[in-house]
Amino acid sequence: MDKKPIAESYRRNAAILEIQDLSVTFRQRKGLFQSEDLPVISRLNVTVNQGEIVAVVGASGSGKSLLAHGIMGILPVNARISGEMNFLGEPLTTERICKLRGKEIALVPQGVTYLDPLMKVGAQVREQQPGKEGKRRQKELFSAYGLPEKTEERYPFECSGGMNRRILLSTALMERPKLIVADEPTPGMDLGQAKRAMADFRAFASQGNGVFLITHDLPLAISAADRIAVFYAGTTVEEAPSSDFASEALLRHPYTRALWRAMPQNGFQAIPGTQPYVKDMPKGCVFGPRCPKFTKECLGDIPMRAVRQGTVRCILQHDEHKIREARESKDAQKAQEEREVQKYAGGR
Amino acid sequence: MLEADNLIFSYRRRELPVLDRVSLQVKPGERVGIFSPSGSGKTTLLKLLSGYLLPQGGKVLADGKPLPRSGFCPVQMVWQHPERAVNSRLTMGKILAEGGKTDPRLEALFGIEVDWKRRYPEELSGGELQRFCIVRALGEGTRYLLADEITAMLDMITQAQVWNALLEEMERRQIGLVAVSHSRELLEQVCTRVVGLEELSYSGVKR
Amino acid sequence: MKNNKQRQAAVFFSAALLFLAMVTAAGVLCREAALETDFSRKNLAPCREYWFGTDCMGRDMFARTLAGLSMSIRIGLCTAGVSACLALLLGVAAAVMGKAADRVISFLIDTIMGIPHLLLLILISYALGKGFLGVAAGVALTHWPSLTRVIRGEVLQLKNSEFYQISRKLGWGRGQAAARHMLPHLVPQFTVGLILMFPHAILHESSITFLGFGLSAKQPAIGVILSESMRYLITGQWWLALFPGIMLVITVLLFDRAGNALRGLLEPMENREGVYG
Repeated sequence: MDKKPIAESYRRNAAILEIQDLSVTFRQRKGLFQSEDLPVISRLNVTVNQGEIVAVVGASGSGKSLLAHGIMGILPVNARISGEMNFLGEPLTTERICKLRGKEIALVPQGVTYLDPLMKVGAQVREQQPGKEGKRRQKELFSAYGLPEKTEERYPFECSGGMNRRILLSTALMERPKLIVADEPTPGMDLGQAKRAMADFRAFASQGNGVFLITHDLPLAISAADRIAVFYAGTTVEEAPSSDFASEALLRHPYTRALWRAMPQNGFQAIPGTQPYVKDMPKGCVFGPRCPKFTKECLGDIPMRAVRQGTVRCILQHDEHKIREARESKDAQKAQEEREVQKYAGGR
Repeated sequence: MLEADNLIFSYRRRELPVLDRVSLQVKPGERVGIFSPSGSGKTTLLKLLSGYLLPQGGKVLADGKPLPRSGFCPVQMVWQHPERAVNSRLTMGKILAEGGKTDPRLEALFGIEVDWKRRYPEELSGGELQRFCIVRALGEGTRYLLADEITAMLDMITQAQVWNALLEEMERRQIGLVAVSHSRELLEQVCTRVVGLEELSYSGVKR
Repeated sequence: MKNNKQRQAAVFFSAALLFLAMVTAAGVLCREAALETDFSRKNLAPCREYWFGTDCMGRDMFARTLAGLSMSIRIGLCTAGVSACLALLLGVAAAVMGKAADRVISFLIDTIMGIPHLLLLILISYALGKGFLGVAAGVALTHWPSLTRVIRGEVLQLKNSEFYQISRKLGWGRGQAAARHMLPHLVPQFTVGLILMFPHAILHESSITFLGFGLSAKQPAIGVILSESMRYLITGQWWLALFPGIMLVITVLLFDRAGNALRGLLEPMENREGVYG
């Protein structure tokens, strides 16, 4: 009944994927009759708009892969999921995920080991879509991603790592999806290969589609994505345009700032401590115990707030930053322009 | 000084060698970063330098002596995937003790918490595991450390934590380092000199 | 959920073991009763007093079945134990002692696996003069190849694992590193392999005894009972074959299931689902 207004909101915002207050808990047995719920992801917010690459950046072990599995509807049976997920303006229910999976939403898996070593590449890509139409589409994709025509008659081991990665991407694109979910697509690639992989994603996004990139590699995300959601201890603490990463002052959350300062080119300073475990999450702000600006108020409920073109889960007011921001905005602008130039120059 | 003299190595006979007459010298306290595309043999070079593989030609000398066939090796390597470098059926405390006498000062420097030592590897994150692997490799007899993408799988903060601790310890003990990474920024931050692998090989040209 | 399954497996494993231990003990105690003949009660169908009936010589079939099973289980334990130890030795040797040893052992494995099992068993048993020694040697010498293969593979994999190589560079000797890193992985493989070998051993012991190449007809072995009872099947004495047969099947199945339950208990890593992705 109320599908229409949501669909309209989609047309207005052109949001492909909206995730609001997503929580994933795992039920674990404890003793004979009790069980406990482990909150692995709590109150996560992320939106992917048309034409955008959005990166979720977080440490390994922080639950990022579960996010991908949640979107694809392939969580294990003892996981429970709550919150709102909308795809093209309509709620993403379990039945709908099953219908859309592999068609409108496609997963680009982590490694090339997902290819069947005993099957010719072309046949593998066409597996879901045999027949003439499939063959045509596969040829089209191969030529679009610079794979020679002979490739389809080869086996995966006869192709280089970079070619195999493009083959995986082609498989994902066979059914003309609107959204690609890419789970750590770059480990094992060198800088050049990673850049080419990102250029392929960019080409896909610029046709009015969305890319949801899950990675631990912040520099990669900064160079490739339009927006970055910073993931810490099971939740997004900040969502920011990637241009904001040009300068510390433009960032909203103390954790993001700490991340920025830890980059080799930005001073290589590390704050002490490690991410909390799901079993002993701190009260209130998840970053509280490691935050240099921790106050009593941080123990309360921390809502997501909009600050400039991004959002932040922090109660700190950013007045002090605004002053510096004004001072630094000129430098930031310059840096952003440089980045933009690089982005276009760095494309393939 | 850790010296590699004209190392030749190929994985299969009658194939072009992965490494062709590679030479490298690392002084105590010196930190050398090697930067080159993936698949060019960086890991192979580190395995030769630490004695995991034997070269088909050339030799490796640590402080003038060839690497020992058994016993503690003065050249220790830290691997890229910590979860593969530890035995999943041992507790972290036992894994740490593999490196010989445990040093509470080092553990504190790398932020290893006492509680972690009772756990099994699968109960720790990659960053926590890697700290154990590094401390284990920094035994008393270690003169040179080889780092193969040791922080590639970690987030920025953990990467900086691990490297800052490592740099402090290497400075104190004048340990030499050879580091391999895909991130030029990282190498420039932690190393005293950064070279491409092709600069080290005899031909000097990229194959 | 996982814990629940594990608990079920543990309960099942203990129950199966208890049952088999009871059968074994009861069989030993019933030995006299199994041999006792009493012509006043011959050819009785199963009744309240004689659960499994009696045979033409008036022997209590229940006692005979228990004694036979007990015998089979004991032979099974012995032979599977010897066989598994053989497998452990050969498997480790193949993996550690270099290429020549590996080639010889692999050739042995292939040869023995290439000959039909029962045929080889009969040959060995016959050559050693049948009886207890023949059966035991036959079963022990034919059951090691598959476990040897498993252990050889496991040791080879561990030898190439990063953590083993690292510990060698940290100054640990071959033996020390192997004890530290290989034993904890091999013990579960070995135990499970051992238990899964029991049903085979028992079944094969019974089969060759049934065929007349095994234990002597005087012993109350399950194979002897079954082969004797075949003669009386046409005369309508169905109970002579049915109950011992069922008991044998139950015993074999229980061992098999117990082995699989133990595997689930000892190798939790493999079937544990990652919580953190």
